[in-house]
Amino acid sequence: MIKSNQSKTLIRFLRYRSSQIGLALVLIYIVVALFAGVIAPYSPIEQHPKDRLQEPNANYWLGTDEFGRDILSRLMHGATNSLRIALISVTLACLLGSTLGMTAGYIGGVFDNATMRVMDLFFAFPAILLALTIVAALGPGAINTILAISVVYTPIFARVARGPVLSLKNMEFVQAAQAIGTGHPRILLRHILPNTVAPIIVQITLALSWAMLTEAGLSFLGLGTIPPAPSWGSMLSESRKMMEIAPWMAVFPGLAIMLGVLGFNMLGDGLRDALDPRLKN
Amino acid sequence: MQRYLTQRLIAFIPTLFGISIVIFIVMRLLPGDAIDAMVGTSFKLTEAQIAALREYFGFDKPLPEQYWIWLTSALRGDFGFSVRSGAPVLPEILARFPLTLELAILAMLIATAIGIPIGVLAAVKRDSYIDIAGRLFALIGLALPNFWMGTLIILVLSVAFGILPNSGDYTDFVKDPIANLKQLLFPALTLGFAFSASIMRTTRSSMLEELRQDYARTARGKGLKEQAVIVGHCLKNALIPIITIIGLETGYLFGGAIIVEEVFALPGIGRFLLNGIAQRDYAIVQGTIIFIAFNFVAINLIADLAYAFANPRIRYD
Repeated sequence: MIKSNQSKTLIRFLRYRSSQIGLALVLIYIVVALFAGVIAPYSPIEQHPKDRLQEPNANYWLGTDEFGRDILSRLMHGATNSLRIALISVTLACLLGSTLGMTAGYIGGVFDNATMRVMDLFFAFPAILLALTIVAALGPGAINTILAISVVYTPIFARVARGPVLSLKNMEFVQAAQAIGTGHPRILLRHILPNTVAPIIVQITLALSWAMLTEAGLSFLGLGTIPPAPSWGSMLSESRKMMEIAPWMAVFPGLAIMLGVLGFNMLGDGLRDALDPRLKN
Repeated sequence: MQRYLTQRLIAFIPTLFGISIVIFIVMRLLPGDAIDAMVGTSFKLTEAQIAALREYFGFDKPLPEQYWIWLTSALRGDFGFSVRSGAPVLPEILARFPLTLELAILAMLIATAIGIPIGVLAAVKRDSYIDIAGRLFALIGLALPNFWMGTLIILVLSVAFGILPNSGDYTDFVKDPIANLKQLLFPALTLGFAFSASIMRTTRSSMLEELRQDYARTARGKGLKEQAVIVGHCLKNALIPIITIIGLETGYLFGGAIIVEEVFALPGIGRFLLNGIAQRDYAIVQGTIIFIAFNFVAINLIADLAYAFANPRIRYD
């Protein structure tokens, strides 16, 4: 029964045009990120002084920057950087947020109230401002960027995970499990979690797209990944000095960010529609 | 209604209190303090001078005491003094705020002016090329990073038209509205573009919902022109979720403004904050962040209340 439901969802998901495009974009992004070291034509930080500021050509498909570094190779390694930061930060936020949210919803009472009020505090900031504040305090760098993104997304996962638990914990199958003496952690993991997975998965894809965007934004402001490590955001920021003579430096990194974000957004939309067809217009 | 209003207003105070604690704690995570940052860059100070400065700025006191001093002075409207310039922070913030506020309002107006018509059109011509184009617009709008869009706009303006939209100076709206709007048009478009995409999505789904209602059929049945049914009947009812999303997301424009101001070199509070971060100026960073967070919470509160007024079916108990 469960299996057939899952395959129905999968079929529905694959039937949507938006899921197909989203999935394709995300797969390309992941493959490039994983195999950047193998498929990139040059090293991302190797300088070719003779080939500075080359337009896109047969040797450098997307051109070179002011140090003669190959933009395509930097973009490919930038994908690795962006995926690593997005994945780690969203995983942290999801684990911490969902655990907090589900436990709070399940236990209820004072613990629930206290946890959710603390989470509410983080909603009192525009997300990018909160991330900026944390990175400003801790200093730039990949690890601090990861921390900042996790802190921003933890409350969101807590909210998403807590909602369904409130109604699930009063359902008969949960009461039955309690009645036969099942421990609370087991009830949460085996009985409640599987029923809250759908909204969490949708949230994960949306969080990944936001994390990519934030990493790029912070790097753009000089507060994220530290150069010369390739990051899409800092490439874009470096391009601004050279814009009039080397516009390709500004075009490609932005395009890479947009396609990555677009991929995760479309994947998220497709998943949401497939998991909850009632929501689809 | 009145009870809801009172509840929301009372809840506002602990929220601000909590925000101030979060900001204070986060800012104290700084490796090294503002004095170190000052010494590191420009001056060579003796140990005694550093200690004197630390004492002067209160960095030698225990944290709770530092927080208390900061909070009580903030309540008196004094957000402390910039470590760099020695000037009080609040007047500096207030001087820059009109620009950021204007940018946010313009962005909201542009987003609404783009988002609602496209959303209505997409819903009315469902599954047509117009609808597909509209949905594509929304997808791209939500994925387009504002710092890239701003960069591209500057690129096109400077390369194709030879205009440099900004060189750091900015004309006050009161002094010269036309020059002011010319300067802010593109930044506001950049800031509002993603917002227009989410307004378009909400408008589309809300209109689709209303167009299939019985009253819409009745209106058509009694011989009203389709345009009157769409604008006079359906759009009117579809507006409630649209107003909600506008209210909820306007606050986020203050976050986006930080980046857009940086891209277009506009001297608003976002840029002030980024400069404060670069110079590790506690007072500026704390003051600006709490100011932005305050406005964000206030706007959300207003949006909630407006929603409660606009939709009498909603009751909060």
